[in-house]
Amino acid sequence: MTTLSQALWVLLLGSLLGLELIGKVPPTLHTPLMSGANAISGITVLASITLIANAQDNPALLILGSVSLGFALFNVIGGFLVTDRMLAMFSRKKSGGAR
Amino acid sequence: MNVLDLFGYSIDLLAVLLLALGLKGLSTVRSARSANGLAALAMGLAVLGLLLQLQPDPIAWLWIAIGTAIGGLLGLVTARRVPMTAMPETVALFNGCGGMASLLVAMAVALYDSDGADLVELISIVISVFVGAITFTGSIAAMGKLQGWLGTPGWTQSSVRHGVNITLAIAALVGGFTMPGDPTGAPLWILLGASSLLGIGVTLPIGGADMPVVISLLNSYSGVAAAAAGFVVGSQLLIVAGAMVGAAGLILTQVMCTGMNRSLVSVLFGGALGGSAPVGGGGDEAGYTRIVSCSAEECAMALENAERVVFVPGYGLAVAQAQHALRELSKLLEANGSEVSYAIHPVAGRMPGHMNVLLAEADVPYEQLLEMDTINPDFPRTDVVIVLGANDVVNPDAKNDAQSPLYGMPVLEVDQARQVFVVKRSLGAGYAGIKNALFELPQTAMVFGDAKAVLQQLCTELRSQGVGKAA
Repeated sequence: MTTLSQALWVLLLGSLLGLELIGKVPPTLHTPLMSGANAISGITVLASITLIANAQDNPALLILGSVSLGFALFNVIGGFLVTDRMLAMFSRKKSGGAR
Repeated sequence: MNVLDLFGYSIDLLAVLLLALGLKGLSTVRSARSANGLAALAMGLAVLGLLLQLQPDPIAWLWIAIGTAIGGLLGLVTARRVPMTAMPETVALFNGCGGMASLLVAMAVALYDSDGADLVELISIVISVFVGAITFTGSIAAMGKLQGWLGTPGWTQSSVRHGVNITLAIAALVGGFTMPGDPTGAPLWILLGASSLLGIGVTLPIGGADMPVVISLLNSYSGVAAAAAGFVVGSQLLIVAGAMVGAAGLILTQVMCTGMNRSLVSVLFGGALGGSAPVGGGGDEAGYTRIVSCSAEECAMALENAERVVFVPGYGLAVAQAQHALRELSKLLEANGSEVSYAIHPVAGRMPGHMNVLLAEADVPYEQLLEMDTINPDFPRTDVVIVLGANDVVNPDAKNDAQSPLYGMPVLEVDQARQVFVVKRSLGAGYAGIKNALFELPQTAMVFGDAKAVLQQLCTELRSQGVGKAA
């Protein structure tokens, strides 16, 4: 279904989108942005799940898939939560400063 | 194509859209938090859509549950426990694990599922292993250096390292090129070993202060590794998202380099300048001739009479974890009727924006954090500036001395203020490894000591003068 040319187009357009998305970022947000982007790069969970689902009961594939899923989810869950923790401080501070 | 497939594809498209919106929203203060949630939601949708399309059997479900439980729980605990000052290390750790995941998928497919794999798939596996391994070992090495577990070995500062790294790169290339001929044999392992060592070999020589740039670059790599894994398992969603993060990470890396007045090439190949390298050691102290040092008492007296005080927090403040002590001091000064603000250089702290996070954690009101362009015109009417563990970002040579390596870098113009106190542990150089002309100006006095200890002393002194009680 996924032909090579389709996949390459997707790769190209995705890259261009990424280049455009982050144009001007206030320095305040560089660290949270990096952390958020890092969480998104954990999207490789999809590869791990695909590997497990297509393993056809091959134990090696199941185990490796499960381990890689663990690593990827560690990245995703940890990444989003840590980013939220950082950003929560900004919003709290804003209302706090108005007092 | 049945209805369920169509539904799955729609979810995929929606997920990509939300991921892109999330990434975009993260670049504005007001929308950042909800954008992060949006990206998380998109990730959840993507997983849901994939599970609908694949419909795993019970055994597969079991293994998915195991991986989810362990990884999710560890991520949850780590994210809750880790202190804000350790944020760069934490991002490095998460990032390394993302790279590891892509690496493992590619290795698994290569070793156990590569019968009848076409050339494109094999090439994707090679890229995924190569980039994934570099991301993993590089990130872990970066984390080790930031935590102080790893130093900067002597050989990494000589040209030997270029020889070592080039050899490793060639070995990885040879492994990569021969792997398609023998997918499960030696070439794969050569590729894996050489790429892993290369990740360490490239990261280890880089000084602690340049580490954020490296982490950002590795962050970009983990996106590339994910995109390659997308080719391996044939997931367009993964390709888009990986490519998007890879490209965005590259831009962010570039932004960080610009802020530090460093080119990416010099960060990667120039070796450690200062940081943990001996450049900033005692030998440089002889370079200064007109240094005035003063005690915390004298500094406190000046503060007591100051109407307008500006703090310039830097890397040293983050290292000393002195942000809470700083907040305490500024509360005292406010009670004493002083106007207090904080001058935030774009690259203050250990990562751009890191200082804002640290100060926000210490309850510093958001509007007291002023960015460089806002505060620079205000320095001439500032009575006292206290520089805390910052160095190169306040060096007037960047404006005045065309010969200086810093020339052209935007700096905080603290030399315009009436009185400047520099709190520093020693006269060591900053990561640019050069003298700071600010230290020799007549209005500058050095307060030697650990930032946290000095700030606490200042608080004690001010309290003993009755400051804070009267108000």
